[in-house]
Amino acid sequence: MAGKSVLKRIDWLSVLFYLLLVTIGWVNIYSSTFTENGASIFDFGTLHGKQLFFILVSIASVVILLALEASFYERFSSVFYMVSMVSLLGLFVFGKTISGATSWYDLGFFNLQPAEFAKVATALALAKYLSDIQTDIKRTKDQLYAFVIILIPALLIIPQPDPGSALVFFSLSFVIFREGLPVYYLGIALFAILIFVTTLMFGTIWIAIILALIILVFLLLKKKKFKVPVLPLATALIVTVLFSLSVDFVFDNVFEQRHRDRFSLWLRLEKDPAKLEQIQKTIGYNSYQSEKAIESGGIFGKGFLEGTRTKGNFVPEQHSDYIFTTVGEEWGFIGTVTVVLLFTLLLLRLIFLAERQKNAFSRMYGYGVISILLVHYFINIGMVIGILPTVGIPLPLFSYGGSGMLFFTMLLFIFIKLDANRLNEGI
Amino acid sequence: MKKILLSSIIIIIGITFIGRLSYLQIFSFSPDQVLEDPAIKRVYDYPERGYIYDRNDKLLVGNDPAYDVMVIPREVRALDTLEFCGLLGIKKKKFIKELRKARMYSPRLPSVFVPQLSKQDYARLQEKMRHYQGFYIQQRSLRYYATNSAANVLGYISEVNERDLAKNPYYVQGELTGRTGVEKQYEDILRGRKGVQYIQKDRYNRDIGKYKNGILDTLPEQGLELNVTLDKVLQEYGERLMNGKRGGIVALEPATGEILSMISGPTYDPALLVGRERSKNYSKLHYDSIARPTWDRSLLAEPSPGSPFKTLNALVALQEGVITPSTSVRCYNGFYVGKKKRGCHCGGGMRNLNSGIYESCNAYFANAFRKIYEKYETTDEGMDVWEKHMKSFGLGQYLGYDLPTGRKGRIPSKEYYDKWYGDNRWSSSYIISNSIGQGEVAATPIQLANMTAAIANRGFYFTPHILKKIDGKNISIPDYVEPKQTTIEKRHFEPVIQGMADVYNEGTAKWLRIPDVTIAGKTGTVENYTKIDSVRVQLTDHSVFVAFAPVENPKIAIAVYIENGYYGSRYAGHIASLMIEKYLKGEITRTDLEKRMLERTLDREYAKPYSGKEFKINEYDWSQDAIAPKEEDPSI
Repeated sequence: MAGKSVLKRIDWLSVLFYLLLVTIGWVNIYSSTFTENGASIFDFGTLHGKQLFFILVSIASVVILLALEASFYERFSSVFYMVSMVSLLGLFVFGKTISGATSWYDLGFFNLQPAEFAKVATALALAKYLSDIQTDIKRTKDQLYAFVIILIPALLIIPQPDPGSALVFFSLSFVIFREGLPVYYLGIALFAILIFVTTLMFGTIWIAIILALIILVFLLLKKKKFKVPVLPLATALIVTVLFSLSVDFVFDNVFEQRHRDRFSLWLRLEKDPAKLEQIQKTIGYNSYQSEKAIESGGIFGKGFLEGTRTKGNFVPEQHSDYIFTTVGEEWGFIGTVTVVLLFTLLLLRLIFLAERQKNAFSRMYGYGVISILLVHYFINIGMVIGILPTVGIPLPLFSYGGSGMLFFTMLLFIFIKLDANRLNEGI
Repeated sequence: MKKILLSSIIIIIGITFIGRLSYLQIFSFSPDQVLEDPAIKRVYDYPERGYIYDRNDKLLVGNDPAYDVMVIPREVRALDTLEFCGLLGIKKKKFIKELRKARMYSPRLPSVFVPQLSKQDYARLQEKMRHYQGFYIQQRSLRYYATNSAANVLGYISEVNERDLAKNPYYVQGELTGRTGVEKQYEDILRGRKGVQYIQKDRYNRDIGKYKNGILDTLPEQGLELNVTLDKVLQEYGERLMNGKRGGIVALEPATGEILSMISGPTYDPALLVGRERSKNYSKLHYDSIARPTWDRSLLAEPSPGSPFKTLNALVALQEGVITPSTSVRCYNGFYVGKKKRGCHCGGGMRNLNSGIYESCNAYFANAFRKIYEKYETTDEGMDVWEKHMKSFGLGQYLGYDLPTGRKGRIPSKEYYDKWYGDNRWSSSYIISNSIGQGEVAATPIQLANMTAAIANRGFYFTPHILKKIDGKNISIPDYVEPKQTTIEKRHFEPVIQGMADVYNEGTAKWLRIPDVTIAGKTGTVENYTKIDSVRVQLTDHSVFVAFAPVENPKIAIAVYIENGYYGSRYAGHIASLMIEKYLKGEITRTDLEKRMLERTLDREYAKPYSGKEFKINEYDWSQDAIAPKEEDPSI
């Protein structure tokens, strides 16, 4: 009886978006790893065969996820969290290193990436903590605790090194904002990013001059009765200038050359053509090739299995982080816009679902899911189409990768189960 | 409020992405990106360039395989460098340098290591090549010349440059194209069309199969063989006669307009512009600004035609009815223009049309010329009529032959003189020099030959052309197979031709008769000047001769122009006579004439203006002319 009612109550629209993304994703993985040797699509020796296997396993896992009691997830969230943190710690001892990052456990038939599981666990744990009756997010102490939950996995993942995945955990702070953290925190963070970028582009002196000008204009235009908050304003100015100075320092002394190069490329900082060419040949190669591949697709694309740059493997890591380039080359503008729209619709749908939850845990978990999916989608496509610096992060439900496939499915379907169960709340 | 914040962020991100994607895929996209696609390599299959034969199917230009040693640096394994260098005939230093150069270009792609091995080297290397991994021999095709003559006519091929690439999208870097002569004119026919295979590549530049299963691939189309109208034997003979002389010879077949031989002196062996030494040789030839061997005098030199032009003035005067064959004029060893006397070398006395021609009497033709103008009320009208007649012989305009260079020559018009003297400020006496082919008229050797052919045909000519057959089939290009009529009626030609025949029978060329062959011709002696240190200095006259034979049924019409060869019957007359005999009889009976032409050069004459000293011109005694070093093989 329970099974039937779950199937009736789950949000089939989200499931539809999920299935569409997974299918389109796999088709493109198939194309980007296709060789004309006539291997069957079920040949698990090929990458697309493996991915098909993971998709099937993920869909099978959906059955279990939906069959479990909704309360199970809330009750065991702390356990999941502990297990995932231990598994992250275990990487330091038992981890397998693939292309420079110690992020995997070797399970023989399959490499498991615990960071993917940690995303699910952290989202659950954060929702659990914030929805606790004793937590008051207005309290600084509780804010701090909430951030600690996010920080622990991030700090464990950074030394792998996998800064991209670590970044994902910070996105969970959206949840905290949703639940009452003052918005000006976000404002300050955005302001800091703005200063960071503009300092790199124009230098501290211009930042100081422009800020001073803004304040001057503000003072001249103010109403006479308005009392000028001299001290806070001066402090803010000084802090900003100091921050700006520190940006230069950090950029020059803390960042490694490859990081600097990524920013140089992104913000077009390098003016020396010889050096620029050097950067484009090395670090910019991926970006250049991915942009070119997408561009060459035009409006209608070259057609399935007809992408010449895809076939020639001109874009490195095309089946994983750069899978979107295959969409761009073979399906053109129509294909890329379809994918962007699917992600947008899925995310908006999930917001709608999260907002209709009566249970605080479900709602907060929902926001966790949205944050994680959003930041992956934003950074990945932003990087591939050349509006963000290069960060190694997969496109969820789309890129090649077993752990990613499995845990993104888990992430999403736990929420769909929670949503399906919302009318049973009342315990 | 916070609910909307996240939704707005998602929507803004979506719009940003779509904006960026439309910039990339709609605005930056261009359909010909396929051509720049690094993932698709085009591999060309080059057809063999067509052979060129002479009119009698004797091979002139063929192809020769050449062998380049290629290297793929990445695949080079340890080898016995000394032995390898020994086989290639290079030094170890060069070996290291070339290998480094190839690696700089690309470690994965083949580079030329040693270009154009000789056949012997190739034979030696071929056996042992498999011991040297990463090296292999690539065959390609080079032009091979079965003759050492006709360099300027046949032309040469060389690599396409930026301009060719911009002009014709067919070519890609490194391909060859005809530069001059027949090679340029009939490039499309000789070249054929290369076949293309589209190969899909990966980012390491490795082939990974055919692009779109090869549906875009094409097969090469063979270049076609050509027969040119040249007679190889005559061409080679003419070039030997031209030894040490500057000038041009053009021989035509009057009945077809086919160019039997076209010689420019000095010439060079066409094989010089093939192979390893090509660019060195080219510079040497191209920058010889004194002898100018690459400047085809038979098409580009524009001297005054001299006395042969008198025959045309006679024809115009007959056509206009201002003289008859019996019209007589007294020559006072010259004639008067106003009060000024102009000289004549004919010996003086009464001259009619016949003796006027064969003794080349200036006075007679000055009179005839004046009469043409006197027939009309104004000089302008007379000028127009005269110009129209002259141009109907192909003078003063591009002839329309199928070779890529040429000059118009000059038949002056009334506008020409108006510009010089002012409107109505000149009369026939100003332009009287044109009556004897001096003055303002100018013609290229091929125009002179064509004019002679028109006389030989008694009133029409075929546009001279070099192409005889394409792929064994005779051409049917209307421009070349349809006759062009002159404005002179047929009946007026006989008396003039009789005069020209009498040039040999009794006149200026009576020493140049060919036994058993009737021949008509006309000598020309052309005054000419140069500037030495901006002072106008007269040089020895150019020697000009036009002739055709046999008179009744002409098989050959020829024009010979020898720079500073003095009077017409000297160098030009000798050469014309020998060429005609060679062509008609296949052998030379007058070996003394032949010996003189093969031996004597004008090197001494040509050195005069550069000597920096005063020099004599028009020296009668030609035993002083330099003697060429003996030829290796005088038998032909």
